[in-house]
This record gives sequence, C-alpha cells and structure tokens, in this order.
Amino acid sequence: MQFIETAWGIFTKYSILFFSGVKITLLLAITGTVFGLMIGLVVGAIRAISLEPRSSKFSRICKKVIDWVLTVYIEFFRGTPMMVQSFFMYYGLKSIGLNWTPIVAGIVIISINTGAYMAEIVRSGIQAVDKGQTEGARSVGMSHLQTMFYIIIPQAIRNSFPSIINEFIVNIKDSSVLNVIAVNDLYFQGSSVAGSVFKYTETFFVVAMIYLCLTYPTSKILGYIEKRMANTTGKVGA
Amino acid sequence: MGHLIDIQHLKKHFGKLAVLNDVEFHLDKGEVVTIIGSSGSGKSTLLRCINLLEMPDAGAIYYEGKDVLQGEIDVNQHRTHIGMVFQNFNLFNNKNVIENCMIGQMKVLKRSKKEAEEKALFYLDKVGMKDFAYAGSMQLSGGQKQRVAIARALCMDPKVLLFDEPTSALDPEMVGDVLNVMKDLAKEGLTMIVVTHEMQFAKEVSTRVVFMEQGVIAEQGTSEEIFGNPKTESLQRFLSRYRNQQN
Repeated sequence: MQFIETAWGIFTKYSILFFSGVKITLLLAITGTVFGLMIGLVVGAIRAISLEPRSSKFSRICKKVIDWVLTVYIEFFRGTPMMVQSFFMYYGLKSIGLNWTPIVAGIVIISINTGAYMAEIVRSGIQAVDKGQTEGARSVGMSHLQTMFYIIIPQAIRNSFPSIINEFIVNIKDSSVLNVIAVNDLYFQGSSVAGSVFKYTETFFVVAMIYLCLTYPTSKILGYIEKRMANTTGKVGA
Repeated sequence: MGHLIDIQHLKKHFGKLAVLNDVEFHLDKGEVVTIIGSSGSGKSTLLRCINLLEMPDAGAIYYEGKDVLQGEIDVNQHRTHIGMVFQNFNLFNNKNVIENCMIGQMKVLKRSKKEAEEKALFYLDKVGMKDFAYAGSMQLSGGQKQRVAIARALCMDPKVLLFDEPTSALDPEMVGDVLNVMKDLAKEGLTMIVVTHEMQFAKEVSTRVVFMEQGVIAEQGTSEEIFGNPKTESLQRFLSRYRNQQN
C-alpha cells in the first residue's frame, strides 16, 4: 500500500508535468499516424501499380527506378530502430544547417517511420481487393488513378483499418524513444520527475499506468469498431 | 460499308497457350451476336479484347473504322463506347446501387450529379431495380446484382454492350430475370455480343450465332443455321453434348 500511496503522491504532485508529456505523446502519435497514413497511401498505391502491357519503355524504366527507391525507403525504416533513425536524422540534418526543434524533428521522424509500415499495410490492403473491382471500374472507362482513388483505396483502407489503428497504438508507445533527441513526451517528463524525486520504480509505475490509459481504450474502441464492421459488412452506404 | 467493329487476324497467347488463333469477326449496328463454344475456346478472351481489358498480341480491332490497338486511341474513351457485363458482376463494393450507376457518368463522362442520378434511376427502373437504388450493393442477390451491373453499363450510353457469361454465376431461379432484361434490350435494338451457355436464349434472341472452337471461329450463321443445320463436326458434337445434358 505504501507503494501505491507514494506513486499517487508523485502523480498528484507532478500531474502538470505528466499531462504536458501526455499532450506531446498524443501529438506525436496522432500526427505520426495521420501523416504516416498519407505517406503510406501514396507509396503503397505507387507500389501496387502494375503497368499495362502497352505502356512505353520509358514509363517502365521510371516505374522500376521509383519502385527501387521506395523499397529502399521501406526496408531502411522498417529494418532499423527508430531510436537510431532519430539520432541520425536529427543531428545529421542539423549538421548540414537545418535548424529544427526536437518536436518538429520528432513529428517528421515518426511520420516517415510510420509511413514505411503503412505503405506495406496499404499495399496488402490494395492487393486484397478483388481484381473484379478494377475490371468493373476500367470497363466504365475510369482511368487507373480514378479507379484507385474512388474504388480500390476506400476498400483497401477498410480492409486494413485494424492494422492502421494498431499503428496508432504502437506510436503512442514507441514515440517514447524520441526522448533521445530531447522531445519532452510522457517518457521524458517521467524520467525527469524520477530524477528529481529519486523514486524510479514508483514514478515509472505512474508513467506505465498513464500509457495504459492511452492505449487500452484505443484498442477497446478498435475492437468495437471491428465488431461493427463485421456485422455490417456490405452495408456500406446503405 | 464499314462495320461497327471489325476484327482482323486477332491473336492472343497466355504463355505458350494460343487462346485466340487468327480470329476474324465483325459486328454491325443493331446485331445481337451470341458466342457459344466449350470452355477454353477463347470466347471470353475475344470479348475482353474488344474493350481492351485484354491486350491482343497481334491483329487489328477497328472500331468505327479506327484501329484501337494503334497508339493514338484513348483506351478509357474507347471503353465508354463499349459496355461490359461480367460473370461475377463486379459491382463496386464500397458504393450503393445508385452510386454504382452514377460514378462512371460523373467521373468519366463528366455529367452533373443530377443528370447522372436521373439516368441511373431510369435504367434501374428498366431492369426492375429502382426500389433498391439506395441499398448496399453487397446486400443483393446474384440476379439483382447482375441487373444492377447491366444498368450501370447502360448508364454510359454504350454503342455496344458485351456480356461475358452473365448468368453462369447465378442460381438457376435467378437466370430468368437477367435473361428477360437482356431480351428486352435486344428487342429495343441495342447492339450486343453475348458469350453464353444458355442455348435457348441464344436461339431466341440472336441475329447471328458464332461458334468458337480452339481459338478460332469455327462456324457462324443465323440461329436456324447453327442450331437446325450445323455443318462442322465440332459444332454437331458440341450441340449434342448440350442436348444430352438436358435430357
């Protein structure tokens, strides 16, 4: 009981710090997921393009080069820790004259990182859409872009909705690594509180509980939406 | 005079398999052509080549005198002239019934929302699906979906409507509804090409029947000629197989 009381004491005394941390954490998670999804939609849609047999040699080469660049992007950001990426990008770009604040850098880094995951989520979502949908759209004369935009991507987002929300949950937690470039998120505030009261276990217990309060409702809401989607499959627009 | 569609020396391979082997085919305005033949004879591929969902390897397809396989033709524009109804309907799952019929009109033909809506309701009424205009497309039965798909194609005011085995994926009791819609369209003078296994339908509505065998057109003629007096041995065999199945 002593433990809980101490933790509660720390929480109430430093609640302003914790809440300012929560704000930053949510800012990072939300912007990271939204921008990441946008990047993912563009990258995933480009990667899902299959050229028509009669397209020119030039467009074939362009597509190959773009595909290669995008693959490098995805593999690099999925294959290295975000902590390393943030050191590398924050200090790297600073050294060549980009004078950015940690929070801006944090948003950029988490967005680009999430984008790499989203690209794969979107691509598999696109590939899971029945080929007949494309043929139906092309048969009424829609272009490739129109088909993607109006028919395929809405269905792909729907298919991959659970994975997209899951990325948001991951971002709530993983934004904590951005403390290495001094982004003052929940983890950052937690460690400075812990340093000043010198009670690490209790403080990080508080921090853990706050993280849980952010992620648990999100995954509950996700479960609820998934259930509703399963019940109403096919009743879109009805 | 020129034909509406004129196909010359059309060839298509899938890997090593020659699916279309030098096909010659033409179509005039107002014709209702049914294409019959066993599976794998190239019927569907021929149909899909006409609206360029499949690209032929060699040959020429003239539409109103212009070769659509030569660079300058806008494929999407071409497809608005040639509607297509699929075996598996291919309705847009993320759109309701009337949106299915409107999106092509609005995005491709650039019609106003009001005009597209009026046209969609007109054709949905024609196929007997007006009451379902605001239903989700996945709530419908197969027969209903196919009738919506026909309305969707008609909304684009095509010059020709292609049907790729439109009743093959339907429960038997739904087939009649769809065939009746198609019969009405034929009576009104719509130019149609129908790939089908419904011999009775072919007999009744065709102005010409085409029999395909191993990637070529083996025989063609009026339905009396094809069903009453088949000349080639392969057509005779094909038809007798059908009669046996029905007995």
